[in-house]
Order: sequence, then structure tokens, then C-alpha cells
Amino acid sequence: MTRLKWPGPSQNLQQLPALSYGMAPHQNYSPLQAKAPLGPGLYPQNSPYHPPSSLPHTPPLSASPVPQMPSAQSTPPPVAGGGYYNSPLQTPAMGPAWHYNTSAPVTPPHAHAATNHMAPPRSMAPSTSSPAPGPGLPPSSAHGYSQTGVAPHTYHQPVRPPYGAPPSAAAASGPRPAMGPPPPIGQPPPMGQPPPMGQPPPMGQPPPMGQPPPMGQPPPMGQPPPMGQPPPMGQPPPMGQPPPMGQPPPMRHPPPMVHPPPTGHSPSGAPPPMRPTPPPSGPPMGNATPPTPKADGIMSGNGPQAPNSYNHVESQPGAPPPPGPPGRHLGHYPSLPPGYQSSPSGHTTQPYPLKQQPYQQPGPAQLSPSLAALSLQSGTPEALRVVNLLQERNLLPAGPITPPTPCLPQDLQRVNCNPEVFRATLTSIPQNQSLLNKAKLPLGLLLHPFKDLSQLPVVTSSTIVRCRSCRTYINPFVSFLDQRRWKCNLCYRVNEVPEEFMYNPVSRAYGEPHKRPEVQNATIEFIAPSEYMLRPPQPAVYLFVLDVSHNALETGYLHVFCQSLLDNLSSLPGDSRTKVGFITFDSTIHFYNLQEGLSQPQMLIVSDIEDIFLPTPDSLLVNLSESKELVQDLLKSLPTMFEKSMETQSALGSALQAAFKLLSPTGGRMSVFQTQLPNLGAGALQSREDPNQRAAAKDVQHLSPATDFYKKLALDCSGQQVAVDLFLLSAQYCDLASLGCISRYSAGSVYYYPSYHQQHSPAQVERFQKDLKRYLTRKIGFEAVMRIRCTKGLSIHTFHGNFFVRSTDLLSLPNVNPDAGFAVQMSIDENLDDLQVVSFQAALLYTSSKGERRIRVHTLCLPVVNSLADIFAGADVQAITGLLACMAVDRSVTASLSDARDALTNAAVDSLSCYRQSVLTIQQPGLLSPCCLRLFPLYVLALHKQKAFRVGTSTRLDDRVFAMCQLKYQPLVYAMLMIHPALYRLDDLTDQGALNVNDRTIPQPPVLQLSVEKFSRDGAFLMDAGTVMYLWIGRNCSPAFLSQVLGVTSYAAVPENMYLLPEPETVRSNAARPLRREPDEDSLSAEHDRGQDRLRPLPLSLKLRPLLSVKLRPFPLSLKPRPLLSVKLRPLFLSVKLRPLFLSVKLRPLFLSMKLRPLLLSMKLRPLFLSMKLRPSCF
Amino acid sequence: MVWSRMKDISDKSHIRSRWCITLRITPLLKPSSEPHDRGNMAFTFAAFCYMLALLLTAALIFFAIWHIIAFDELKTDYKNPIDQCNTLNPLVLPEYLIHFFFCVMFFCAAEWLTLCLNLPLFAYHVWRYMSRPVMSSPGLYDPTTIMNADILAYCQKEGWCKLAFYLLSFFYYLYGMIYVLVSS
Repeated sequence: MTRLKWPGPSQNLQQLPALSYGMAPHQNYSPLQAKAPLGPGLYPQNSPYHPPSSLPHTPPLSASPVPQMPSAQSTPPPVAGGGYYNSPLQTPAMGPAWHYNTSAPVTPPHAHAATNHMAPPRSMAPSTSSPAPGPGLPPSSAHGYSQTGVAPHTYHQPVRPPYGAPPSAAAASGPRPAMGPPPPIGQPPPMGQPPPMGQPPPMGQPPPMGQPPPMGQPPPMGQPPPMGQPPPMGQPPPMGQPPPMGQPPPMRHPPPMVHPPPTGHSPSGAPPPMRPTPPPSGPPMGNATPPTPKADGIMSGNGPQAPNSYNHVESQPGAPPPPGPPGRHLGHYPSLPPGYQSSPSGHTTQPYPLKQQPYQQPGPAQLSPSLAALSLQSGTPEALRVVNLLQERNLLPAGPITPPTPCLPQDLQRVNCNPEVFRATLTSIPQNQSLLNKAKLPLGLLLHPFKDLSQLPVVTSSTIVRCRSCRTYINPFVSFLDQRRWKCNLCYRVNEVPEEFMYNPVSRAYGEPHKRPEVQNATIEFIAPSEYMLRPPQPAVYLFVLDVSHNALETGYLHVFCQSLLDNLSSLPGDSRTKVGFITFDSTIHFYNLQEGLSQPQMLIVSDIEDIFLPTPDSLLVNLSESKELVQDLLKSLPTMFEKSMETQSALGSALQAAFKLLSPTGGRMSVFQTQLPNLGAGALQSREDPNQRAAAKDVQHLSPATDFYKKLALDCSGQQVAVDLFLLSAQYCDLASLGCISRYSAGSVYYYPSYHQQHSPAQVERFQKDLKRYLTRKIGFEAVMRIRCTKGLSIHTFHGNFFVRSTDLLSLPNVNPDAGFAVQMSIDENLDDLQVVSFQAALLYTSSKGERRIRVHTLCLPVVNSLADIFAGADVQAITGLLACMAVDRSVTASLSDARDALTNAAVDSLSCYRQSVLTIQQPGLLSPCCLRLFPLYVLALHKQKAFRVGTSTRLDDRVFAMCQLKYQPLVYAMLMIHPALYRLDDLTDQGALNVNDRTIPQPPVLQLSVEKFSRDGAFLMDAGTVMYLWIGRNCSPAFLSQVLGVTSYAAVPENMYLLPEPETVRSNAARPLRREPDEDSLSAEHDRGQDRLRPLPLSLKLRPLLSVKLRPFPLSLKPRPLLSVKLRPLFLSVKLRPLFLSVKLRPLFLSMKLRPLLLSMKLRPLFLSMKLRPSCF
Repeated sequence: MVWSRMKDISDKSHIRSRWCITLRITPLLKPSSEPHDRGNMAFTFAAFCYMLALLLTAALIFFAIWHIIAFDELKTDYKNPIDQCNTLNPLVLPEYLIHFFFCVMFFCAAEWLTLCLNLPLFAYHVWRYMSRPVMSSPGLYDPTTIMNADILAYCQKEGWCKLAFYLLSFFYYLYGMIYVLVSS
């Protein structure tokens, strides 16, 4: 090891602990493992990361030296034991190192560390860095890389729970290891959060043991349990029974001892189907498995098998395959089934038990056919379990909906990319395009590449190992042919392993390239050397372009803006080079000279808006640290400066041109605040909206831009690495469709506050404040590009999001921020017959606000399948919905809104009918759907009612366009909340299944179906719609709740304008308060994601209606809970008029009633899906 | 004897060469000849149209080839879509105008069959230009959408189809020209 030079260590001390990767092994451990308090929430559901954590817990781990051990367990241990780890000494150290989360390993590593420290001077550096960095770093890196920085030291065991694995789970994990061998065990970890509920534990033990028996009796399993259970669960009387529903969660808990039978069988019930699966699924994988060298290679990359090949190579060069066979096969085959089962098991554990009971209800008569089908199709995995949508009333799982786990061999799945970062609509890739077409499901990826991560390995190295032909970064899914060569998993070229890569900085061992961090993590960040720079990394440059016309001052946004910026001036991400500048405009453009040395800011007015020029080009953008006082002066005086302005015109276009000129030498971020339609100079727009047409059922016009001025400007900006973020605060029509282009093609973001007014819409003001704070302090990457590579045979069809597509697989992102999501449609160009897995790699190259060039690489690996059933089994309904929404937005702009709506409907109809015709062997009446797609019709219906696509209700054009932007731009988690909000009942919160975060208990109420039947007058309900939260209070709501949470004595006393919850110090309100922010695990993570301060749910004015039902008027509530009940609304809610509505058929269709049924079943409609026009494939 | 024979031959050759010359000239300058029933002007004009169309089609073929190459470059990442659109867009209208121009010529020449063969393409051009994205400058291609796989594939296909069409019509015009000349 000494002969290798590791550049990083000492230099990087300053950096985040994570950086230490390159430096010292032992040190790294702690940093890596370290979890910030934030951590837990951030990466809650990581399957990739999670596993390690669970592993460490397992006692065996300590015994098993290598981190990979988990796989070893599932796969034949002997193999692993074999040649792999020759030096036990190293292994222990390494093992822990990689388990970021591992708590258990921590101790051993430390011990090791101690010894290790001795060794090289290097160690010193890391050691010092680890302790020091923690405290020191966080502050410094607060915005920039808080995640990494924080993560390191804070790591404590206690913290873990938040991760999603409740203590019980952790405990459970213990036993699991013992269980070890059974595949199911291994899986839970990858699954990540779903089971966290605590199920695993109970499940964990009995199931492994219990499974075999269930296996034997698949049919009985299915039926009897239901029989037994129906009584308790059976009374779904919707309204009354919420509690029973709620109970399921408790059931899952350890206490469930009482329930062993139900739990036991429910899980077992699931497994039976699973069992059979392996065979069906097995074939695809299995076929290839036998001798294919590729397969072996791939597997060997990570797993225990790798050692085999190594040894072989060394001992008998050139004969890797022969010796390995037995061992390898073992590894292979067993691992397969588990992988497969994993997904189902994950599913089953949670939702299913619940599901089934209601399902039973319909009655024996109806049951029998479906049961028969079930038993006959026992071969199908849980994801394919047939659900009759017409009979099952409660489709939603109580907890968050977890993405399916790709059925990969465990060792691959364990290192696979976190689904929150990188997710595919089909976790099993069809072999060819025709198969994909047959399935009628869209194939695509959803990315959240710059997500704030709690732990991110960072590698500093002078050479970044990449494939020489396709430039893929080395990743966990490559295969090492021998110690010196690796085979690219995207293009299959064989590459040399560079000398430096032979040294493993973590174990400080030489000759183990497969244990390097790059090969152990699907998400990793490199500090790029100078070859990755076209020019010196740009400084952080922020330019604010403010509308100061009369209209703008009326809204009063300037006060809020200036105050927020003043508050956050010091926390703007950046370093000593950070620059800021200001431009204001009305009918003229005003520049501000803030050059250091001036006694006060100088305003320079340019009134020649036709031919804009910069009055003093070099003093308008100033170094923030040098001119801080001037900037502060300016911000203090700005709001009052224009108070008397009567100028009503707005020359936005010219202001943008000026700003572009100002920024073009450096690049940077331009934040534009606009309050009205630009009506002067270049880029002037006319109002295109006819208010009378807002509710028109016929097609909505003007969804596309009226002029290409903004688009062209955006492209220019993009070329100069300038991103434009648009804040639109306007009461009237602003033509967001045209204005939005400026952000869309420059990779900016759009914020829209309809009817913003300082006095009249306090909710909007608060939301604006919160957004601004988050906006100003969040992490940012400059001059970024993102390239998405995929295995040969696949190609990228379309991108969705905000960016400029520079070539077929390259996105130009002048700025990238952690709240940006992307979607990619894929197509299959060639047959993938001979492949077992395909990989996708997204590499984001950016300049950090500290002036470092960094590359963040995410790699996702998915299996290839050849049957429709497997494709359906791997369908990720949320991802599909997200992608469909993006496609529908495109469609409504290029074709028409009604076309898009039809296409959405047809997407659901087609896929379900395909399932029925091609996958179901037994035809039965009803609307049948595979379990994994059971929410698909619901989501599609929800999309139809989404502001972006709804018709027939008055929707302002800007609102609609904004919703469309959001659907394309938001990461999936948020987009899903927009599409299908989560509803919780608040007045009967219990601690069951609660999460503990930072010593606070956050209850996890079950998510309720968005149906009136779930409402009751004596409850209080919270609906989380992403950017808005509504609190709905029933008239008979318990006074205790009212007084303790809302601080009022009676229902009548609930104030009309209540945007925040008061904060009386009562137990109850404390219970509810965290909930407001983190209604469930999912949003909890979201919360952390976006930073502590940004409350995701934002106050919205009353005008905003809830998404799904027009008639329900929930009350808007701002984040900080202030629910408000307006007097006006109250009567509405209570009046007789409304009641019938609630019960009327209108609402029901959501849940599959009349409206949908005919669609799916009637002959009439069938021809529809045969016609070209409507095929989803036309999208 | 011999001499006279020789003269004979030379006479004949002389005649032949004269005939050759006349043949060459007729189409343009000699309206007369047999078909007096048709307007003399129209008849020569048709031939002229064909000749012109022949030349212009050759130019269009170059356009089409350029188009195909450009999109291929786009697809293989050699070029930035903005640059590529900037080079392609100025060529769109000239191409359409050229085509429109000889459509009009054929119309004037009353070459109905040829006109009919060209009308679909002309209609397509009109439709294509009407449905172009919002742009302030002439042209069809929008750098922000052109990288979409569908659009890219469509444009490529369009390029190949046009190339094929222009090539076929090139030979058709050649034939038409000769036919008109011969039949005159």
C-alpha cells in the first residue's frame, strides 16, 4: 500500500469526513457510519444502504469479516469462506467500514482503528479529521454539503431508529441472522422501510420457520386465515370502523404475539405464492445462469464468488469457471429465489394482511372463484396476486407505498441504488420492445440525482476509473475478470484496472480492486481532477432580478424578500469568491453599484430598454464578503425606495437580457421575481386567457408558449451556465406557459404564488417565506451536466424535467438543486435475450458552491425478464404514474388536453386488459388487477382530477400550467402527493408504530382512502397534498382535541382564518405537532430532504380546493398548523345540501365505481383501445 | 468515280450532321414542326420546365443529403443541437420555395401528371410549416425538442423519404424532358 500514492488524505482534511474515503480506512469508518441526526430521515428507505445496517446488527457479522457477508449468508457460506478473505485481519476492519449504518461493527472498527492509526501518518489525518470535522464542518458546510459533513460524527446507534427500522426491527434483525440461511431474511433489509413497521420481527422469526409449512398448504393458507379473521377485521363499516382499521398496525408489532395465527398466516399466505415464483421467474435468470460467463462475472463482481474467480485465476490462470461451478451455482441459484421472493415478501408483510381481510368480506360465494384462481395461480408472486378492484374496498396500504424490489441476486440488490434516487417504472426489464409493447406499460426511469443524502461516500483520487469505450464509471455491477481486468456492464468492453485502483484505501490492502468504495456503492461522489473542467470552476454567483413596478409593491413581496435575504445572507452557499448582484426593473432597468469602497449603494438607471447595456460592467456583481455592508444597506432600503412609484409597466424581457449579460462571463443563478404580465420591450406578452373559458369542458388553449423569446434567452443562458429561477407572485394571468420557458430550458425552478398579497393572503406569504429560506440556503451545483448511460440495447427516448438536452443522453444543467427531479422514457432497441441484468448509470458532473468539481454517480441494476407475468410483477405503480403524468403533460401541450386525458385512461385500461388477457390464466368476472398495479386505476383517476388535467372545473390557466410544470419537475415523492394526497385521521393518534426522531415521537397514523366514507363528523383529518395541507375538522370533533391542539374551546370558536396551529403545551398537541410536519415516514424523509426549515406543507389560501373532491372543502392549514375554519365554510360542510353530495355516486367513482367499471368492462370501450389514436404507446 | 462516290458519302454525312444540329436546337428555338395543334409556347415551356426542375431537383437532393447528415450528426453527438438547428433552419424555406417554384412552373406548363405527383409533397410542406413550433425566425427545428427520440427519428425518416422522392423525380424529370422533346 505504501507504494501507492493517495493524494487525498491530508489535503482533504478540511473536507467532509466522507472525503476521507481516499485517505484512511479506519477513519472512514466512523465518518461513513456517522449519521447526522438528519440522517435518519434523509435516507430512510434506502434499500441499498439499509441492508448494511441491518447486517451489522446481525451478530454473525462480527464473525463474518467481510461486509459482503450478508450475501454470503444467503449464498453458500462455504464459498465465501473459501478463498476470499485470506487475511482475516483486514477483513474485520473492512467489514465495518462499508457498513455505513452499522452500529455493531462500529466497535470492532474502532478497535481496529486504534491499531491502524499507528501505521501510517495518513491515519493521523483521518483520525483528526473525523473528530474535528464533525463539529467544525457542519457549520462551514452547512448549506453546501451539510449532509456529508453532518453525517460523520453524529452517528449514534440511537439515531438509527429513525432510519426506519424501529427498535423492534433492529431487535428482530438480530434473530434473523440466526435464521440466516433462509432467503426471506436476507430480503427484508433490502426492502428497506416497508416492513419497518415492525412486522419483520414477528414475521422474521416465525416465517422462516413457519414458511415451510405454509408452503405445503398453500390453498388452505389462503382461505382459512381469512375465515378466522373476518370477524375482527371484517367489519369494515367504513365510518365506524376506522379504529379497527387502525389496529392492523398494532398487529404488526411485537405484541402481536396474541395474533400469531393471523400474522403468521398472513405472511405465510403470501409466501406460498412466492414459493412458486422462483420457478417462473427463475427461468429467465436461471437459464442464463448456468455457464454464461457473463453472469458469473457479474455476480462475482461483488459477491463471495468474486473470490473464487480470483483464486482460480491465481492458482490456475485462465480457468476461472471450472473450479467454481459448484460453489458458484450455489451462490447463484439460491440467491435468485430469494431475490425474487424479497419483493413479494416485502409487500406481503405490510399491506397484505390488512388487505385480505376486507377482501374476504364480499362473501364466500364471490370469494370462491377468486380463491380458486389464487390457489391455481399459486405460482404467482405476491405482486401478481389477483385483486378484484370491484370488490376490494381498501386498496391503500396503511403505510407508505414501497417501491418493488428488483428480483436480483441478493448481493447485487444489496448494493443497488436507493429507489428514492433512481427508480424504474418496471423493475424487471422486458427482453425486447415487442414484449414491452405488449405489456402496455411505460418503461422509464425517475431520478432525483442531487437529492440531499445523509451519507454519501466521496472519493478523491487522481484517476477516476471509467470504461474506455463508453466512459461508464466503474460501479458495483461491473465484473472483474481477474485482478487486473474488469468488464464494463454497459458496453461489455474489457478494461484494465489501473495501478492506483489496486490499492484499497479502506482496508489499506493492495490487490483488492473489488472492495474499493467505487465498487461497493451504487451512489458515490468523486472529486474530479482537472480534466473534468473546461474552465476553472466558477464561483457561486447570485443575481436577483426584482420587479418593482407599482403592482409589485402592492403585493409587498419586496419586504419579505429583503428580510429573508438579509437573514440568510451569511448562509448562502458559497465560498470567499461568492458574488451577488441586484437588478430591479419596472419600465426601466435599475442596476446597483455595490463596489467595495462606496459609502452607499449607487443606483444606475438604464431607460433604453430596446438596446440594453451594462452601465458599469465590473461593479454590478460584487464579492459578497467584501461588500456585505453595502448589500445589507441596499436590502434594507430597497423596500421603501420605490414606494411612491406609479409605474405599472414591466420590462421583464429587457431585464432578463441585462441580467444575462451581467452573468454570462461567469455563469450563476438568476432569481427573477415577477408580479405581472411583462408588457414592455422585448418579450412583451399579451393576455391569452379568457376567464369565461376556465371551466370549459372543451380543450384548453394556450398551454404552449406564445413567443420563443424566453426560450431563446433560456438557451443562451444555458450556454453560459446561467440558470433562471422564476418566482411568480401574481393575482392576474401572467402567461406562465411563456414565462416558464425561461426556467424550463435553463434548468431553473418555478415558484408560483397565486394571488400573493401581504395582507390578504397570509398563508401565501408564509409559504413564500419558507420557500425562500429553503431556496436561498439549499445546496446548489453550478455548471452541471448529467449523462445517463444504459446498457447497450436500451436507449433514451425522452427526458422530462427542466434542462436543455444537449445530446441524446446528455442534459445541460446550468444549475442543479436538490429539489429537482427528472424522468426519462426508455426504449429497447435491441433484443436483450442474452442478458440477465441491465444497468443504468446517471452521472452528474457539477461545480460545488465551494468551487470543487464533483461527479455524483448513481447506478441502478435491473433484471431482464422474458414473460409478461414477470414484467407485471415488477411494475412500480408510483413510478409508472409519475412517468405517465410527465408524458401526459407533453401530450397536452403538443396535442390537446382531452387527448392526454384519453391517453391516461387508456394507459390504465390497456395494461389491465393486457394483464387479464395475457397473464391471467383463469378468467373470472370483475375488474382484475395484479396486486402491484391495484392502485393504478386510482392514480389515473386522481390524475384526471389533478389541477393539471382536470376539466369542467374552473381552473386558471396559470394554475394549470404550474401544476404541469410541477408534475414534470418534482421528484416522485412530491409528485405523488400532488397526485394522490395522503389523508390521516388526527384525533385518535396513538403511539403505535410511531417513529422516534430526535427524542420526539411521531405517530404514524394509517393513510386513509380518499373517500367520504372515511370522514366522520367527530374526527379531524389532515390531508397532505404536497405543497398544501388541509385540516378538516368535523363539527362533533371532540372538545379535547379542539382545546388541546387548536387551543379553542369549541367547534364554533375555531377562528376563521387559522393558518397555524397554536402551540399549547399539552401532550396531545405535542403528539400532533410533529405529525403536521411529518405525517408519515415518507414525508418525514421529504422533510429532511428539503432541509429542516422548509415545511413542506404550505399554507394555502382558501381558494385552493382539495384535489380530489370538489365538494369536500377541507380547510387549508399551513405548515405550522393553523387550521382554519372559516365561517363561510362551516355551513357548507354541515348543510344538508352537502350531505347528499358526499354520498353521491360522484365521489365513488374514484374508487372504481360505476364510472370506471364500464370503461374497463364494456364492449363499447374495447375498440377504443385498439384504435391507434388512443394507444398509450402513442404517447 | 471514286471521287463522286466519296462526295456522295460526304454529302450524306453533311446532311446527317445538319440534322443533328437541328435536333439540338429545336426544343428551344424551333417551335414549328408537326404538332401545330398544341400551342407552340406551351410545348417548349414544358421542356424548359423539365430542364429547370432537373437542375433544381439536383439541388434539392443536396439539401436532403445535408439534412440526413445533419441529423445523423445530432444522433451521434457530434453536434450541439443549437448549432445544428441554426444551420438547418435557414435551409428549410429555400427548399420549400424551390419546390413550390417548380410546382408553379409545371402548373403553368400544364403538366398535370407531374404536378399531381408533386402536390402531395407540396401539401406536406405547407402542413409542416404551419405546424412548426412557435419560432420567431424562419425554420422548423427547435433545439429544445429536436433531441426527442421521436422527433429525431421522424426528421431522419423525413430526410430519407425526401431523398428518395427527389431522386425518383430527378429521373422522372429527365424522362419527362426527353419525352417532351421527342414527342415534339
